[in-house]
Amino acid sequence: MAIPARRRAADITAFVFATLATALGLIFLFWILWMTLRQGAAALRPSLFMQMTPPPGASGGILNALYGSAMMILVAVVIGTPIGVAAGTYLAEHGRHTRVAKVASFINDILLSAPSIVIGLFVYELVVRSAGHFSGYAGALALGIILLPIIVRTTEESLRLIPDTLREAGFALGLPRWRVTRQIIYKAAMSAILTGILLGVARIAGETAPLLFTALNNQFWSADLNAPLANLPVVIFQYAMSPYDEWHSLAWAGAFVLTAFVLILNILVRLLARKGRK
Amino acid sequence: MNATAITNEMIEAPAPRKSGAGADRAFEWITAGAAWFVLLLLAGIALSMAWGGRLAFETFGWRFITSSDWDAVNGKFGALVPIYGTLATSAIALIIAVPISIGIALFLTDIAPRWTRGPIAIAIELLAAIPSIIYGMWGLFVFAPFMATHVEPWLADHLGNKALVGPLFSGPPIGIGMLTAGIVLGIMVVPFIAAVAREVFSAVPPPLRESAIALGATRWEVLRSVTLPYTRSAVIGAIFLGLGRALGETMAVTFVLGNAHDLSLSLLMPSNSIAAAIANEFTEADTDLYRSSLIALGFLLFVVTLIVLTIAKLLLMRVNRQMGRTS
Amino acid sequence: MNKIFLALPAAALLVACGSQSGNQGGNAAGGTSGTQVTGAGSTFVYPALSAWATDYRNQTGTAVNYQSIGSGGGISQVEAGTVDFGATDQPLASDELAKNNLAQFPVIVGGIVAVVNVPGIDAGKLKLTGPILADIYQGKIKNWNDPAIVKINPGVNLPGSAIATVHRSDGSGTTFNFTHYLAQVSPTWKAGPGEGKTVNWVGGVGGKGNEGVANYVKQLPNAIGYVEYAYVVQNKMSYALLQNAAGQFVVPSADSFAAAASTADWKNAKDYNLVMTNAPGANAYPIAATTFILLPKAPKDKAKSDAVIAFFKYALEKGQDQAKKLDYVPLPSDLVGQIESYISQNVK
Repeated sequence: MAIPARRRAADITAFVFATLATALGLIFLFWILWMTLRQGAAALRPSLFMQMTPPPGASGGILNALYGSAMMILVAVVIGTPIGVAAGTYLAEHGRHTRVAKVASFINDILLSAPSIVIGLFVYELVVRSAGHFSGYAGALALGIILLPIIVRTTEESLRLIPDTLREAGFALGLPRWRVTRQIIYKAAMSAILTGILLGVARIAGETAPLLFTALNNQFWSADLNAPLANLPVVIFQYAMSPYDEWHSLAWAGAFVLTAFVLILNILVRLLARKGRK
Repeated sequence: MNATAITNEMIEAPAPRKSGAGADRAFEWITAGAAWFVLLLLAGIALSMAWGGRLAFETFGWRFITSSDWDAVNGKFGALVPIYGTLATSAIALIIAVPISIGIALFLTDIAPRWTRGPIAIAIELLAAIPSIIYGMWGLFVFAPFMATHVEPWLADHLGNKALVGPLFSGPPIGIGMLTAGIVLGIMVVPFIAAVAREVFSAVPPPLRESAIALGATRWEVLRSVTLPYTRSAVIGAIFLGLGRALGETMAVTFVLGNAHDLSLSLLMPSNSIAAAIANEFTEADTDLYRSSLIALGFLLFVVTLIVLTIAKLLLMRVNRQMGRTS
Repeated sequence: MNKIFLALPAAALLVACGSQSGNQGGNAAGGTSGTQVTGAGSTFVYPALSAWATDYRNQTGTAVNYQSIGSGGGISQVEAGTVDFGATDQPLASDELAKNNLAQFPVIVGGIVAVVNVPGIDAGKLKLTGPILADIYQGKIKNWNDPAIVKINPGVNLPGSAIATVHRSDGSGTTFNFTHYLAQVSPTWKAGPGEGKTVNWVGGVGGKGNEGVANYVKQLPNAIGYVEYAYVVQNKMSYALLQNAAGQFVVPSADSFAAAASTADWKNAKDYNLVMTNAPGANAYPIAATTFILLPKAPKDKAKSDAVIAFFKYALEKGQDQAKKLDYVPLPSDLVGQIESYISQNVK
């Protein structure tokens, strides 16, 4: 029995639309990646990684920005990981059926998608105002606050995935609870937790808004986290919003480096996840 | 103490319970403390924003939200333009993103050959991984000129004179404005909605789909009558999640929205959003009232995003229960 | 797993050590170790200030980290004490200086130019007057081929497209000087948006900093904006000639800015509070402006304050060539002497 023309037309329309929608999504993805690649690759040269951000009209590189970003990400990971893993452990283990854990998990997911500029404002009020100056530490703190919910979530999920039989085996051997968690559960979930850290790093590497009024920026080389610190996203923002062609080219180069870094991390995460599953 | 032989129990006895219990309790306290920290963090952010914004709220009251006067010189701040810009660009973003995301989900679950599903899904997810500042740069240097040359003149010419939609498409086609910002936001939001939609579409129990197909339903009819109703909560939850993201987005919007404190009906005109206004003006707010007004804007944004994300989470939690997950 | 727990504190130690030795560390830009001071503010002066800072760093090793965030930002950050000095193109009145215990002195003079991005219009081919500029920015003149513009530009092929105005989205001393000028030459502007670091703009796009305005004018077709002249030169932008108080259409250049600046009466300006727009004189450029430096009179960190003062002494005395290269106007030497004694009297 043939399908009536009207229903067939609706079906074909849906088919075409879905295909077009996917094509559109893919077109935009490739358009963005291609432009970043083309403009960024044209500006790639060794001086990028050897010289500092230049004043207008001069040439230079982005070494201080790369260093500043790396330092702030490192400090953010140092701040966010212990608290995040601990909180995730509570949500998945000790607090499994408590009210606190349910609420904390809920709140955590909201923090996960909270506007990062609000977090920047919060750290400005808390740290920059009271310290009296901008600093890389303030920037790292803001990044750490953005990182925290990601680590909590991935830790909680990966710990939950570990079957209870493993825990019961540990108890059966007479180990106290904290030992079971530390020596058995963490070991089993290690790669998943690491994956969470990598994903978090990929996310905070590209965050600009919270750094605008915490770490500010710095024209020169500086390793002093207690003062304004150059960082890649703010440099890209400043240079892209300027009229200078050399700055535009540096901004694209920075964008290329940032995108490559984030995409490589994402691929790494997928590979780790696949390896973990085997 | 008697001189009994060493029994097996003594050899195999675990560490004394006391220290085990002590360390256990310490561990539990530490982890519980960390969980409380998450709660306190949210409360801290909300309170700090409310506290910082109190001067503005006290000075302007309700007029803060209804007035479009943003006058830093005379100390008059009304948030209507940034609020309107945020809502308008997010609305445009959703209008674009929702059909595209559902289309992508349908494609990935029903139409695409099996071997292509993985790679295409990964490609769509990569859209979410690209940092928003890249979207902003691409928006300003590539997409806005494209809109200014190819799309906006056509819109202004053909729709600018029509009765109802005319005012929506008037003004010089410069490429930056609400429409461009809305489209860029929409592209950013697509992967979030599409990922959830795809997951729940493929989780529809096969018996439901198969019985519909057995009754002679076409692909579209299965989607409309079986899949969408079944996954309604999840899809709406995903849409709210996308909305939450769009509302708070700063960098992509700052590049292409135009930073104009002007209330305009036309989508081709520049405007301002809460996040862009804060990003542009915070470091130079030189009076307490100015600073407080910006923080008050941040508070409003935080509260609205909180509400939207809570709705999203509640809807998605319900779906997880439906599907038998415990989280 | 234990290795991970060891690695994190080790990384933290590394970062902390890096912070200690940061200022003594080597660097690719050359120069010996030195202090680092932070300043923020005017984007108007940024091309000159960053050039001075680079030269100063190479010569003395002191790094002057200047963030170009707009005059409003410079004022608020130096008042909040989060930076060591601020730079503003709108001078503060003596009572506000006293309230925040700040010293204020001029450091350089430049000019604000109307830049345009109209196909076929090269640099210096378009003539504009103050009232026309005011009407454009108020939305009264909407298209490039408006009769008022055509009348003073005979023979120039002006398109019929709509004018896209670009203004500053941040608190700007450049905007202050621009609107101060417009308020003097256009009664409707004075009654309407008025003057200030930011005003109620009618329509148009907002760019962040002189840089943002220049960028938008370069990107958007049929746009007009106002920027400091160094930005025009460095980016080879198209600009308009402006009619001055004497009725002449003046080409923006260091000479016409200097002609405007020479009429400034610095001796009678308390705390150097002086604005020089719409200056008299046949060759004077109508929108010349000064950048002022704000310093705390009782600084928290004396060493940093001394370093800042040393830097500006260098800029005032030896930075003239660098400034002239960018078409700024250095201050005359007797004024420099006056400024230096003002500083030593006021900043302890």
